Amino acid sequence: MQATGATGMSLEEEAKLVYGVVFSLRNLVSKLSAKPGSDGFISYRTSTYKLHYFETPTGLKFVLNTDPHMESMREALRTIYGQIYVEYVVKNPLMRQLTQSGVHPVQNDLFRGNLQRFVRSLPGFE
Amino acid sequence: MLHALLIINKAGGLIYNRDFTDGLAKLTTNEYLVMAGTFHGVHAITSRISPVPGSSGMEVLETDTFKIFCFQTLTGVKFLLITDPSQPNADATTRKVYELYADYVMKNPFYNPEMPIRIELFDSNVQKLVRQTNATG
Repeated sequence: MQATGATGMSLEEEAKLVYGVVFSLRNLVSKLSAKPGSDGFISYRTSTYKLHYFETPTGLKFVLNTDPHMESMREALRTIYGQIYVEYVVKNPLMRQLTQSGVHPVQNDLFRGNLQRFVRSLPGFE
Repeated sequence: MLHALLIINKAGGLIYNRDFTDGLAKLTTNEYLVMAGTFHGVHAITSRISPVPGSSGMEVLETDTFKIFCFQTLTGVKFLLITDPSQPNADATTRKVYELYADYVMKNPFYNPEMPIRIELFDSNVQKLVRQTNATG
């Protein structure tokens, strides 16, 4: 379920591409959608993977790559945001200081550990 | 319900687009051209950022109001079908559109490859296919 390193490019380069794809698709979908204020796209699928997308009201974007046959992971991403990210990153006073001084990747063992445990508990994880 | 059909040539140019319902926002021709170009680029990147090697480009895009099915032929032409989120096997429909394209566009001696498609027979046959599909489900 982890996307790191498998593409043969650096994590930074990959992150930029993923952000570009997600950003473009979000714009494309909102332009095409007749209902204003719909919350972007849910997922896309290729022959080998499925990318699930979830955006919070504050504009944080959560992306999860899975097997192409997985059902919607929207609820799982919402849980990761509400019960793991908010609990262990947002409520951590040290993290907030770090993120205010620029963009820092989340390096928080409690967050990582809980995320790891949650993802492993999802149906379909082998 | 099929909402729209777009055909994008191998360079990312929009060569055909038709709306079949009012289910989508009305876009200008220019906006459609930009959309086709964007999709073309994103499609290429999605196969690069695959966690598993040897991925195709994007095949299905899901949103809460519609789905986009994309079928890329061996020659690089992309058929985009925008449907209702509940539309079953639109994949098969993209293949049928490809057949119509082969029969009525590629076999037309007056058609210039890579150029916009303005062929009445293709139009009417696509309309017929869409009407059939929308009537059954």
